[in-house]
Amino acid sequence: MDEKRELLDLLQDSARESTADIARQLGMEEAAVETLIAELEDEGVIRGYQAVIDWGTVEGERVTAMVELNVELDRETKYTDISARIAKFPEVSDLKLVSGDYDFAVEVVGDSMHDVSMFVSERIAPIPEVTQTVTHFVMDTYKERGIEFGDHTDDDRLNFSP
Amino acid sequence: MKRADRVEAIPPSGIRRFFEIAEEMDDVISLGVGEPDFSTPWAARTAAIDSLERGKTSYTANRGMRELREEISTYVRRWDLDYDPDEEILVTTGASEAVDLAVRSVVDPGDTVAVPQPSYISYVPTVTFAGGETLGVPTSHEDDFVLTADALAEAGADEADALMLCYPNNPTGAVMTESELEDVAAFCREHDLVVLSDEIYAGLRYDDEHTSIASLPGMRERTVVFNGFSKTHAMTGLRLGFALGPADAITAMNRVHQYTMLSSPTTAQHAAIEALRSCDDAVEEMRTQFDRRRRFVISRFNEMGLECFEAKGAFYAFPFCGGDDEQFAERLLREQNVALVPGRVFGSGGEGHLRVSYATGMGELREALDRIETFVAEQWTVA
Repeated sequence: MDEKRELLDLLQDSARESTADIARQLGMEEAAVETLIAELEDEGVIRGYQAVIDWGTVEGERVTAMVELNVELDRETKYTDISARIAKFPEVSDLKLVSGDYDFAVEVVGDSMHDVSMFVSERIAPIPEVTQTVTHFVMDTYKERGIEFGDHTDDDRLNFSP
Repeated sequence: MKRADRVEAIPPSGIRRFFEIAEEMDDVISLGVGEPDFSTPWAARTAAIDSLERGKTSYTANRGMRELREEISTYVRRWDLDYDPDEEILVTTGASEAVDLAVRSVVDPGDTVAVPQPSYISYVPTVTFAGGETLGVPTSHEDDFVLTADALAEAGADEADALMLCYPNNPTGAVMTESELEDVAAFCREHDLVVLSDEIYAGLRYDDEHTSIASLPGMRERTVVFNGFSKTHAMTGLRLGFALGPADAITAMNRVHQYTMLSSPTTAQHAAIEALRSCDDAVEEMRTQFDRRRRFVISRFNEMGLECFEAKGAFYAFPFCGGDDEQFAERLLREQNVALVPGRVFGSGGEGHLRVSYATGMGELREALDRIETFVAEQWTVA
């Protein structure tokens, strides 16, 4: 694995590592790690650093819905035109063009089911190219971005073993 | 009640006392654990579950399921080892059983087995149980804990009957290259030593590929190789290992095996078949994580002034603490709640060193090393 790939792999596992610890793990100089990270950010390879949060454990309501979206294209309108318009809404946390029964998979986040419903019906559905929306409210999350939720911290290994 | 002299002759394990101290304490971070912190790859676990659901819980052939022996035969070809599944492979209950069977099949009372020091703690007792004697052959920090033909000659191993090897090594993490092994192999051929080669960490080598001494010219016929699923496939509790060797050696080992273990756990054998068939990616991911932690740990020890040679295999670092390793380990445990194993537990040559397992998550590893650094800076003088 080249240095860039290895660095990205490590950051995806844990973006909170200090550059000194990353350098130790990759056997690189700390300054070289800092330069490489800066390059990857400038090139737009690294788009941001976020925590994976189990919102179910946090007080206060937060509702997520997966919305299937079908659209109709014409000579002047492409998928990228529609996606650019939808992506601008702060309520949309994820937007992907997918193959299969529908065109876009949209993840929408709101403070309540009512908020999310109103957003879909008043902001997304009226877009001229949108022909159908199907909204699935998320009831519980068990795994997100490769991380399983729930308590998996038990280590029942012996303190010492051969 | 009467107890056999051979058992009485074995002193209690050197880690027992530390274990008892740690048991009484809270918030101990342990770097004393010789097993992966990863779970067995899920595909292997589902194979075990499936075998139970289908009621596949009867004995298997003494030598192990043929399907598994075939997979093992294919698996070990990556190290240029070619063994016949019918006659030259034995599935055992952990590599530990394979070591015991081989020793009991080779060693007569009064025979001598040369054992490099420091070494895995089971080798000497196993030879003692068989009525044999061991001859310690020192390896040193200066030589990166590599065994040399000169050290064998100096220790008088030319008179020994067998040589026990373990590379990549527990506790040092040392590896041996093909040319280094060739010198040892020449010595064994010249002095007619059987080689018992524990290669349980063969899949955990970081900078280059593993070489088995059995793959060198003239060595196959005098070598038994041990390996297993505990370390590389994170299957310690499933207790499954295997031995490779000439048909007569495997037949002899199977004779002991069939009267003691009969056959290895069937559920574990089903898991192992799947582990070999479809878990290479999971194993590679674990190896990558171990490699990163290895570099991190070695670099931290060197930065804090505890000289640490570049271990290139297994999941252990073996830093030099510049003083009494037992005292270091006990004070570190009591004062900073970090558990590691003093090097002397693994025999002469281990004194002054510490065995540090990095089979622990990065968060805990970082915290443990911060605590060790504090201890070294405030309470320990490196001589």
